[in-house]
Amino acid sequence: MSDPADLTIAAAGAKLRSGELSSVDLTEAVLERARMSESHLHAYLTLDQTGAREKATAADAALAAGDDRGPLHGIPIALKDNMCTKGIETTASSQILAGWIPPYDATVVSRLQAAGSVLVGKTNLDEFAMGSSTENSAYGATRNPWNTDTVPGGSSGGSAAAVATGSALAALGSDTGGSIRQPAALCGVVGVKPTYGLVSRYGLIAFASSLDQIGPFTRSVEDSAVLLEAIAGHDIHDATSIRGEIPNFRGSLHHGVAGLKIGVIKELSGPEIDPEVRTSVSKMHDALADAGAEVTEVSLPSCEYGLSAYYLIAPAECSANLARFDGVRFGLRSEGATTEEMMAATRAEGFGPEVIRRILLGTYALSAGYYDAFYGQAQRVRTLIRQQFAAAYEGVDVLVAPTSPTTAFEIGAKTDDPIAMYYADVCTIPINLTGDPGASIPIGLDSADLPIGYQVMAPSLGEERMFQVAQAVEDIANFTARAPLATSEVVSP
Amino acid sequence: MTDYEAVIGIETHVELMTDSKMFCGCPVKFGEPPNTTTCPVCLGLPGALPVPNSEAIEGILQIGTALGCQVADTSFFHRKNYFYPDLPKNYQISQYDVPICHDGEIQVEVDGEDTKIGITRVHMEEDTGKSIHVGGGGRIHDAEYSLLDFNRSGVPLVEIVTEPDIRSAEQARAYGAELQRIVRTLGVSDARLEEGSMRFDANVSIRPAGAAELGTRAEVKNVNSLRSLQRAVAFEIHRQIELVESGGVVVQETRHWNEDSGKTTSMRSKEESEDYRYFQEPDLVPIEVSAAWRDAVREALPELPAARRARYQGLGVDARVAAVLVGSEDAIGDLFEGAMNAGGDGRLIGNWLSGEAVAWSRAEEVAIGDTPLVPAHLVELAEMVGDSTLSASAAKQVLAGVLAGEGTPGEVAESRDLIQISDSSVIEAEVDAVLAGHADAVASIQAGDNKPFGFLVGQVMRATGGKADPKQVSDLIRAKTGG
Repeated sequence: MSDPADLTIAAAGAKLRSGELSSVDLTEAVLERARMSESHLHAYLTLDQTGAREKATAADAALAAGDDRGPLHGIPIALKDNMCTKGIETTASSQILAGWIPPYDATVVSRLQAAGSVLVGKTNLDEFAMGSSTENSAYGATRNPWNTDTVPGGSSGGSAAAVATGSALAALGSDTGGSIRQPAALCGVVGVKPTYGLVSRYGLIAFASSLDQIGPFTRSVEDSAVLLEAIAGHDIHDATSIRGEIPNFRGSLHHGVAGLKIGVIKELSGPEIDPEVRTSVSKMHDALADAGAEVTEVSLPSCEYGLSAYYLIAPAECSANLARFDGVRFGLRSEGATTEEMMAATRAEGFGPEVIRRILLGTYALSAGYYDAFYGQAQRVRTLIRQQFAAAYEGVDVLVAPTSPTTAFEIGAKTDDPIAMYYADVCTIPINLTGDPGASIPIGLDSADLPIGYQVMAPSLGEERMFQVAQAVEDIANFTARAPLATSEVVSP
Repeated sequence: MTDYEAVIGIETHVELMTDSKMFCGCPVKFGEPPNTTTCPVCLGLPGALPVPNSEAIEGILQIGTALGCQVADTSFFHRKNYFYPDLPKNYQISQYDVPICHDGEIQVEVDGEDTKIGITRVHMEEDTGKSIHVGGGGRIHDAEYSLLDFNRSGVPLVEIVTEPDIRSAEQARAYGAELQRIVRTLGVSDARLEEGSMRFDANVSIRPAGAAELGTRAEVKNVNSLRSLQRAVAFEIHRQIELVESGGVVVQETRHWNEDSGKTTSMRSKEESEDYRYFQEPDLVPIEVSAAWRDAVREALPELPAARRARYQGLGVDARVAAVLVGSEDAIGDLFEGAMNAGGDGRLIGNWLSGEAVAWSRAEEVAIGDTPLVPAHLVELAEMVGDSTLSASAAKQVLAGVLAGEGTPGEVAESRDLIQISDSSVIEAEVDAVLAGHADAVASIQAGDNKPFGFLVGQVMRATGGKADPKQVSDLIRAKTGG
């Protein structure tokens, strides 16, 4: 691979320091890849070419002056457009925030800047991160670079597609019910949802506060660990952020799986999983056992209720989180005879159908007389799931499952059937409810040449062990295929 | 006709004067230009997150502890959801089922009768911004346009809720006044009603005297002084009795007190009231208060008004006077404290401050704190009475002179010529002169009719310009007339 846009962070970093490559070269290669692919994909809502070039130039000058900010120095990275960037439009793919320019940076943005990285642009998502296909964007869907008739997954579909295509070396997404891991699986890249509270949510436009977590998209497990190290750590601006030292997530990266106990989640291994995905995932279980892991089946019966609990808790929280979009102080304002009518008209016009559906669901679930049967019950189920996962981790080091029950589906296939769309997150939702970390690693292609993701989950703050197993999965899978849109032969300018 | 009993509970909001706001680093300052003490957090911008201010938690713990409350080891923040333009997130971070403090009490006194008012809960929340509705009737519905100032948004707010233990408008006022004194003593808020840093909502209902069940209540809002609290509650009790007596039914509603008309009017009924859809605030972790923190707050509490009144009574001060000294005007209490520390006579000085000084201040419309009066003056004055340099009545005149800026008590006594005549031969000469001039009166007394006695004393006092010791004069007249 000669094009710098196809490098991993680690490889690009080595070339930057050997002088073989500059950050400007790297950034130009990434922007060129975006120029070739964007008309097919629409991974980006905002491509900040000027800003990226300036930052790349500054990064080169700093490095030349001996000011090396570490592994992300000079690396072009994309951000999901639900993270606030000072001076750069941030919409969360909603009409209601069209033209809104935040006056402040999200903590992850400040940290990436401090680490010397180059912000390429803001990527597309399902509006307010609500969706599993990136079709719910007010600014048009993103397509899957492996097959542009299919979805990239969601809600961080833009970030996943950009990394798969090479229009960024890495990206950040947010994962509330699988919104990093599921699109990572569908786009054939690595995606990680860290432990809840490990990465500050300050500046992340909230969908469901108790579930949202920012994490990396990269083309290797090691790169994800590197990126996570840069953004993790306590933040005084986020009361739910975890205190304490951030470990070196790469400490055990190449220690293999010999002697580790790996639990296969029984409830995510059945006929609800597409046969090709099941076969591929099952082969990986066997390969890990061959590599010396003790692989056993673990039953987590409460998993079955995860989806239902999630679709009460997340909408309930979003019904409050999205109340601030009322036309009074920022974003869209529609006409109304009274303040209340103005607010109602703004929200009716500014929110898309899926967002409205979830606000209504959540408002209902919290209403007097219904709270206990819906929201209260969902919280009890959440507690039960937490307990079952914690009990499972008494016996195993990590849990594994498919990331997505299917590979990428066709654009429009599920847009008329919300329940079918919600089901796309069945494998990822449980650990949003528990708060535990999980990673998706590409392990192969199905018969339609669409990527399959393998999910590795670990107990809270068990990232080091999770990366260790993920690295072993990556080594075994040796997944070197690239999305057709990432290769210059296929792309016509 | 039925006898009715009023049942009243009061919700009080107190803004804490912390350095920074409840959930962000913006300063808590008043009178700044609109929208200048704001940030993404208190403006509720997308992505912003709240972080609790431990100084505010300390403040509410002080209030709760002063009210004798239990402090919860673990309590929670909830979101209270409602749409209003001055509420930036369209939910208020508040507390719901587990408040930080609960089950306390305040003792209030009305006409010599003590009543315990139970405190149900004391919880922490954030203030809203301020709306200014321009045009129309000053309300959002008919305004031409509205202006929003978010400087107040996110200021720490403590809500104190009583049990329905209050039975009269006078008690309601006494409760409000005592709560204000406690909050000011703690120094956590200036608790100014007219500026809104302390605000009352009164829940008022009536029931036949002796009934066990509570009547339907109306919530009275917009009460901006202790006087209007009393007036509003009195009006509302009266309104409900009239309504029921004329065959009507009290409906559960929110009513607006209008200071000018002296009436409450309906704002919204229960049917229109909102479902706040409370749920635990997922952006915040539970508030944990350790036993050590709780104890430290308790030990650091200043002397509270009730204890201070008791101490003053121990110094010989009358209960009614003690209540005035520990009243809402700090200057009087400070003068008294200062005079006591300098060894002054508590009973005398207490009476002067609560009596003459307050009366002078009202008549002259000058706050006592704005006069030259200092504790040393009071001590000096008491000593002058003690050693008979001044008569009690002359001392009051001297005090007025000191308040008016005429000088120290010694200077005023001198310049107003009020120093008692100490030479007894001078007084005796005056007595003799008066007796000689009123032979009839002397004769009456000698005949056993004591009525003119006071008249004779008065004549001597007049002749001496009030500077004779009245007791000495009485003794001399008695000796000379046999009266």
